[in-house]
Amino acid sequence: MAKKNKKAELQPAHPLDDLIRTDRIPHIWCQGCGIGTVFSACLIGMKHSGLELNKFAMVSGIGCSGRAAGYVNVDSFHTTHGRAIPFATGLKLANTDLNVIVFSGDGDLFAIGGNHFIHAARRNMDLTVICVNNLTYGMTGGQVAATTPHMARSTTTPSGNPENPFNLPLLAFASGATYVARWTMLHARDLAESIQVALLKKGFSFIEVLSPCPINYGRRNKEKALDTLNMYQEKTIIKNGADPSELDIDFDKGVILGKFIDVDKPTHIENYDKIYRTRE
Amino acid sequence: MKPAVLTGEYFMTGDVACAEGAMAAGCLFFGGYPITPATEIAEHMSGRLPDVGGTYIQMEDEIAAIASVLGASWAGVKSMTATSGPGFSLMMENLGLGICTETPCVIVNVQRGGPSTGLPTMGAQSDMMQARWGSHGDYEIIVMSPSSCQEIFYQTITAFNLSEAYRIPVVIMTDEIIGHMSEKVIIPRAKEIQTVSRVKPKGKKENFKPFKPGPNGVAPMPAAGEGYNVHVTGLTHDEKGYPAMAVEAQEEMMKRLIGKVRNNLDDIIKTEGYLLEDAEIVIVSYGVSARTSFAAVGEARAMGIKAGLLRLITIWPFPEEQIKELAEKVKGFITVEINLGQIHREVQRCVGYRTPAYLVGHHGGTVITPDQVLSVLKEAF
Ligand code: SF4
Repeated sequence: MAKKNKKAELQPAHPLDDLIRTDRIPHIWCQGCGIGTVFSACLIGMKHSGLELNKFAMVSGIGCSGRAAGYVNVDSFHTTHGRAIPFATGLKLANTDLNVIVFSGDGDLFAIGGNHFIHAARRNMDLTVICVNNLTYGMTGGQVAATTPHMARSTTTPSGNPENPFNLPLLAFASGATYVARWTMLHARDLAESIQVALLKKGFSFIEVLSPCPINYGRRNKEKALDTLNMYQEKTIIKNGADPSELDIDFDKGVILGKFIDVDKPTHIENYDKIYRTRE
Repeated sequence: MKPAVLTGEYFMTGDVACAEGAMAAGCLFFGGYPITPATEIAEHMSGRLPDVGGTYIQMEDEIAAIASVLGASWAGVKSMTATSGPGFSLMMENLGLGICTETPCVIVNVQRGGPSTGLPTMGAQSDMMQARWGSHGDYEIIVMSPSSCQEIFYQTITAFNLSEAYRIPVVIMTDEIIGHMSEKVIIPRAKEIQTVSRVKPKGKKENFKPFKPGPNGVAPMPAAGEGYNVHVTGLTHDEKGYPAMAVEAQEEMMKRLIGKVRNNLDDIIKTEGYLLEDAEIVIVSYGVSARTSFAAVGEARAMGIKAGLLRLITIWPFPEEQIKELAEKVKGFITVEINLGQIHREVQRCVGYRTPAYLVGHHGGTVITPDQVLSVLKEAF
């Protein structure tokens, strides 16, 4: 946790300040953590979308990434562990004018919240889901997650992870998401553009963002913060339209980034309105 | 669009009457998940809600159902869900979020026999303590129980009104018997139905404090998209809604959450007395068991026993003072309920050592008969 910085208060306002609850800074994220970069890419995407800022709402679950809702200066909801998506579903259905962003972590969205994710994608619920994937449960100190690579060490897999991780874009695609992309936090500009596109696109959009947790993942896997960033730069390949089944995360082979799915399907709300609101 | 209030005389089940009551109260969102014996509420809402401008969605489980209800409520819409035992258990986590974030909503539990999958098609009243304490942490909650199909229609309206007035989840604890039986239900004209909506904030939007209580202990509540940029969290928070990890903040928040109920007991608690004026034995009951008790009181009186009925309409907060007052003047109490003594223990607690308090309980699956009540009554007093 950073100390309050007197000097920072004297510095000129940052161009994203209007989207940040500056009265809540300093944030809780560790030095070298990638979440802040993903968060600011999200704010840039929101700004550049040209959409009315008052009509944005952000919903988060629990975890380090889930704290994003506490820093964004729009209506923001920090819900229970795994339940950001169904909360966001109710919010959106009850006011279809809102642009609802779900910003949360891999543990929250894909372990405890996995069921909600696949169903929201299946329904093509009009949500933009941003998943900060740091391969672990950061907030609780670095336990194995549904995204932790095979044989990686964590506090609950001290001799290596016996399980295999999800391929998140494949899961999103198979569940019916109409926009699926993956970036790393190092690709901040691509990421911000991708978020902007996803926000403007109707239907269920999903963006996975690889992001380092040097404190609770890197430390146990002989990866310094800078090592992770180097891997993000050197061991990634941008391949738009790649087959989702090729998207397993293996830095030895190279990790594929890009926009994989961008299709149009009627959203849940469009279907519901058509079937239920036009009948006699 | 069709009318939300279907004025007229009907023969309908308790489940359908509950759904109609919800729409009469202004409910426009239902997040559902099928479960016997509450499914008919979801089915009825799925057909009717879009016609009155509302939205029904069937979620992937009861956890999602209640989460969607909380989300819809923060969009400014009166919202509800309905379930039974196993689903009610799944809802406990987000019921706590609703309490902590002061989110109005209505949850209906059409009780069936438990534990676990229990008796899906057979009634019980055995989730009464879960309704009070099922979510973790200390809190106050409002819980009501209806005794007829007509009553569940009105009680659903009252539940919405209280939930909006106090920014709190309100639970209706009905049971399979009321839920599935058909009775005459009269739906009045729309203008005869009193509805309450949450107080909206006025004045400047900047730095608005969505958890700063007004004079009655309840904070005005804006909806998402109205420009207040609220932050809402299940973490302990201050009046601004910001997380505050401190003993003092916890105390302040807890006092707020609990105070708005405890300081308004007279407005919240409703009971009904029958032949209590000269009663020597008070039968305490609620829901379907109050009907059994009503019959038992009649038969006891015919035999010359001065029995009376205190029917609990509000279960939580518990009508403590009323029972304490009665305990000063009567010879004893009998609690009648389809469980093994959940409310009985509350009655005992209030009565203390003043008079004896007995239980006519049941393992669940069917109603208690007046004879069962009478035999305890005769034996004990
Ligand atoms: S624990 Fe990891 S994920 Fe959490 S803030 Fe620290 S570095 Fe980031």
